[in-house]
Amino acid sequence: MTGGMMGKLSMDAIPLHQPIIMGAVGLMVVGGLGLVALITYFGFWRALWFDWMTSVDHKKIGIMYIVLALVMLLRGFADAIMMRTQQALASTGGAGYLPPEHFDQVFTAHGVIMIFFMAMPFIVGLMNIAMPLQIGARDVAFPYLNNLSFWLTAVGALLVNVSLGVGEFARTGWLAYPPLSEIAYSPGVGVDYYIWALQIAGIGTLLSGVNMITTILSMRAPGMTLMRMPIFSWTALCANMLIVAAFPILTATLAMLSLDRYLGMHFFTNDAGGNPMMYINLIWAWGHPEVYILILPCFGVFSEVIATFSGKPLFGYKSMVYATICITILSFVVWLHHFFTMGSGADVNAFFGITTMIISIPTGAKIFNWLFTMYRGRVRFTTPVLWTIGFMITFTIGGMTGVLMAVPPADYVLHNSLFLVAHFHNAIIGGVVFGCMAGFSYWFPKAFGFTLDERLGKISFWCWFVGFYIAFMPLYVLGLMGMTRRLDHLDNPVWHAYLVVAMCGALLIACGIAAQLAQIALSIRNRAALRDLTGDPWNGRTLEWAVASPPPPYNFARTPVVTTRDAYWEMKRRGVAHRPFAAYRPIHMPRNTGTGVLISGCAALMGFALIWHIWWLAIISFAAAISLAIIHSFDEDRDYYVSSDEVARDEDRYFEQLGSQA
Amino acid sequence: MNIQTRPLTTAPLLPEVFEVEEEHHDAGAITTLGFWIYLMSDCILFASLFASFAVLRDATAGGPTGRDIFSLPYVAVETACLLVSSFTYGMAMISAGQGQKAWVLRWLGLTLLLGLSFVGMEVHEFIKLIGEGSGPERSGFLSAFFTLVGTHGLHVTSGMIWMGVLIAHVLRRGLTDANRTRLMCLSLFWHFLDIVWIGVFTVVYLMGVA
Repeated sequence: MTGGMMGKLSMDAIPLHQPIIMGAVGLMVVGGLGLVALITYFGFWRALWFDWMTSVDHKKIGIMYIVLALVMLLRGFADAIMMRTQQALASTGGAGYLPPEHFDQVFTAHGVIMIFFMAMPFIVGLMNIAMPLQIGARDVAFPYLNNLSFWLTAVGALLVNVSLGVGEFARTGWLAYPPLSEIAYSPGVGVDYYIWALQIAGIGTLLSGVNMITTILSMRAPGMTLMRMPIFSWTALCANMLIVAAFPILTATLAMLSLDRYLGMHFFTNDAGGNPMMYINLIWAWGHPEVYILILPCFGVFSEVIATFSGKPLFGYKSMVYATICITILSFVVWLHHFFTMGSGADVNAFFGITTMIISIPTGAKIFNWLFTMYRGRVRFTTPVLWTIGFMITFTIGGMTGVLMAVPPADYVLHNSLFLVAHFHNAIIGGVVFGCMAGFSYWFPKAFGFTLDERLGKISFWCWFVGFYIAFMPLYVLGLMGMTRRLDHLDNPVWHAYLVVAMCGALLIACGIAAQLAQIALSIRNRAALRDLTGDPWNGRTLEWAVASPPPPYNFARTPVVTTRDAYWEMKRRGVAHRPFAAYRPIHMPRNTGTGVLISGCAALMGFALIWHIWWLAIISFAAAISLAIIHSFDEDRDYYVSSDEVARDEDRYFEQLGSQA
Repeated sequence: MNIQTRPLTTAPLLPEVFEVEEEHHDAGAITTLGFWIYLMSDCILFASLFASFAVLRDATAGGPTGRDIFSLPYVAVETACLLVSSFTYGMAMISAGQGQKAWVLRWLGLTLLLGLSFVGMEVHEFIKLIGEGSGPERSGFLSAFFTLVGTHGLHVTSGMIWMGVLIAHVLRRGLTDANRTRLMCLSLFWHFLDIVWIGVFTVVYLMGVA
């Protein structure tokens, strides 16, 4: 291809003439340097490396996932605000402040970041923190792999953010449809950033899926049959089965797109027999299950929250499980509803329209189960409950607009309009974001040992909730009026008013995010007063609340034996919870390892080199990653024992705390 | 908050409440289960490539068709190499079961040789096709062909690298539990690739010349 040691990379790749981009890059660099300075000032480097980056503890990995998700939420939301302001400013004929090629990168980055690097890490983080505790396990099945999975995901996020300052990001929309994403129409490096960020992060996600399924299937506490498992763990199981079944399709599809771009093949090109619609079928055969990968664990969070704060066992546990399984299976037979307009004929469209409508039945069953759980319960209106109720209202509306679009003739009118944009934000913000926030405030005390400030949590909820409606209801109207998505400027005074309202809604959501950041800061400051000494701040029902907050590295000094659903509730009922043992045993634990970080570092270099056609670096870093994995396999010193004295010390401290509460 | 507090007496070690004996999850069985699940994901990767091949098999864009470029006798020999290598790997596993380290290494070496011949023949076929102007950039059909067959070939190659590493492991530590689990996982992988190849042989080559 191009000559030179640095491939296509040169100083021209840095968009020095673009003040907005350079401002953002400057902010990121200053923020990064500030962080480095702070870590150095507090002498935190050693702890950061030995206790966090190399950790194989599922709770710490879960926390790192969620930190990544929150940082990426800020980045993705900055993109959202830019789009809303651009459309508000540029809807009466003006040009706004974003040139078209920049606006196109912004909406692409927004979608990619929010789905892959905000929602996914958030969900995987919650599963990491809560699931092993819920099933009474000491850790996940493959702790080292878990660390590697996280860092591969982080590398993907890194590459997307590097594209801001070095080169460009894709201008194709978040699924990079060909032929636009082919080399003929996207000759720059934007699509390559997209491809390698998703490929590397996707491998991390797939490995994490394998890990979680194995954990749930083979490491549950004795007596915990599948039908005694907490619903969140059930939804984690189903979501991870979807990951294992769907992500390889994404890997294969993106690989074929890269072969088109790098080796001149003809999978999805216009000429020489290529078939662009095949890409769109394949990407949605992954993409629709992906939607359920995100939402199912959130359904699990809502189930846990609503049962705990209603003080009742979940209504219709079995129907909840079966509904989850039904959705898992059905999610694979609806993909074509994303492109009814492909023109595959009435019969095919009817089939996919009907399967799409059928999926709303198990989902509806879930909504009723949550409502009946609350019915005659003594509901405590804490922050997680507000998010849950907000979800039930919002998601129901989003579901109904979805069923509306499942009718192919209606979809022909609404396809690619802002009605669609409003619909999926309605489902994803109302379902996934609210679910993540509910899970965040619910399990935060378990992960950190203190609860979050309730007042700011509620302020944040109301800003998000009201902000969502103000931001997206106008988009439904605009969609019905005929406004299509992804317009960088337009000239229509009637639409302008709606776009200004939508921008105000986005600003209100910004207040919600600010309240969340303030909530975290304030809660850290007041952590002494907010301390969770019992490990059970909410009067919980499942096993994660049976241990200290934060739990010791080994989770359970002795593995509990489970006899019913809501195992911890039963322990409390029988008076056997929170009682020290006469003696402890040493506990077998995995050792931390830096291999995951190093392999991911090589993957980052390799991705960057492939994007810029720096072939020698790509080969060296790939070989280095493989060598590191092989060297790791020769390391036999991978585990250690926590001595019984240490266990006794941890447990005694916990029982002292408990005693101080009695 | 609402803990039903009782006097903090020592809990009796009731076996129905907490495990008295420390649990011993069988690490080998868990690893094998995990590997099975990974293989299922690999299966879907191949399924995607098979589906793409099925869509593009007639998209020859005026270029050669399968009938023009495939030589069944050649592919039959290639196939035989891979199938026999599955048999020799099976022999390695039987030797491992009997604790005969030397035989395990011999059978693995033979498997490696057969794998090498398979990949060598495939690379030779690819080079020949590219030389004739029937490279992957010629048509959608050839893109799909090279990618499906090549992905299988890459899998076999990584299986061979893994086999080399495993030979080093067995030489170093002998047939330990960890090494037996590794042998088992590679065995699953190797047989899995055999099954995929039977799909490739049928769908790509046999149906291609039919």
